[in-house]
Amino acid sequence: MFRSVLEAVSVWAIPLVVAGVPLYALTRKVKVYPVFVEGAKEGFQVAVRVIPPLVAVVVALGMLRASGAMDGLAALLAPLTSRIGIPASVLPMVLVRPLSGGAALGVVADVLRSEGSDSYAGRLASVMAGSTETTFYVLAVYFGAVGVSRYRQALPAALLADLAGFAASVVAVRFLFGP
Amino acid sequence: MSVIWVLLLVASVVVAAATGRMAALPGAIAESAGRAVSLSIGLVGILALWLGLMKVAEEAGLVRALGKLARPVLRRLFPSVPAESPAMGAMTMNIAANMLGLGNAATPFGIKAMEELERVNPDPGTATDAQALFCALNTASIQLIPASVIALRAAAGARQPADILGATLLASTCATVAAIASAWALRRLFRSSPAPGPPRV
Repeated sequence: MFRSVLEAVSVWAIPLVVAGVPLYALTRKVKVYPVFVEGAKEGFQVAVRVIPPLVAVVVALGMLRASGAMDGLAALLAPLTSRIGIPASVLPMVLVRPLSGGAALGVVADVLRSEGSDSYAGRLASVMAGSTETTFYVLAVYFGAVGVSRYRQALPAALLADLAGFAASVVAVRFLFGP
Repeated sequence: MSVIWVLLLVASVVVAAATGRMAALPGAIAESAGRAVSLSIGLVGILALWLGLMKVAEEAGLVRALGKLARPVLRRLFPSVPAESPAMGAMTMNIAANMLGLGNAATPFGIKAMEELERVNPDPGTATDAQALFCALNTASIQLIPASVIALRAAAGARQPADILGATLLASTCATVAAIASAWALRRLFRSSPAPGPPRV
């Protein structure tokens, strides 16, 4: 019930906003069409402004993954993390989630296939992927769009949030589904 | 960021040398650079649409109204942002879109919010406390429906693909709380060059 309501909301929200906002604006005597076009112009400029910082971040992360650093780190950490409830098959999620959304979903698909979707590992990978974001991408896009290059506490805070999300995923899956 | 970036680059080369994967690097570099551009260009359509709608909503007074609605919470989280700043409305829309899992719409609202926050930044180019917290919040986005994960689970034959909703909500709430707490706790460690005070003109 709760789920179908949520799903309906996520389907209806965008079409309703896209139609509803201009309709409301029209009743408030806004020149809807020219104003929309004026605002939309910015879209291209923003996307172009984001390119340079995104190139910097994506190239660095691409190199890191191609170098095998992730596999090495995973092999190094596996004995430790399996003790705190993160199976070796799920560990790549922790390492890859902040770097690439696509790769993270790849890990989920992998674990679901090899261990089953109703297994502890399958659920844990799903919850980890769903409860965090692609940190480096978000920071590069948001700060890149406004030309900020000194992130200050944003990066450590964002990574700590990821860590907290992963730890909470382990606790939540254990608590709700049993080990 | 400069140090972290160089660290990532150097570490990759060193590890690739150690693991004998140097041959994979040139391809990865070229492919990543290209992908960064297609990622950005891929944003153009959706950015244009939502920034256009946002402008319409702004002229109709909707953004201001939304900002006013969320003000009690936002004012506490972002004490340095003027209450009547359009950033309030944009941040509200960004957070709402994130919660509904509308990532496509959340990004343009978030960028708009960052632009408005940059407008009151006394030191352009360096993140303000508000910008840092807002970005950290976005990296820990609370999501009511992790749609792509549920789709994957359904495809993999899960008995109840969405049975992870509760655990996901719990975990992302923890991540959000951690983002707020650590952005707040760390803010003094990273100096923001000019002394806090009224914005320089």
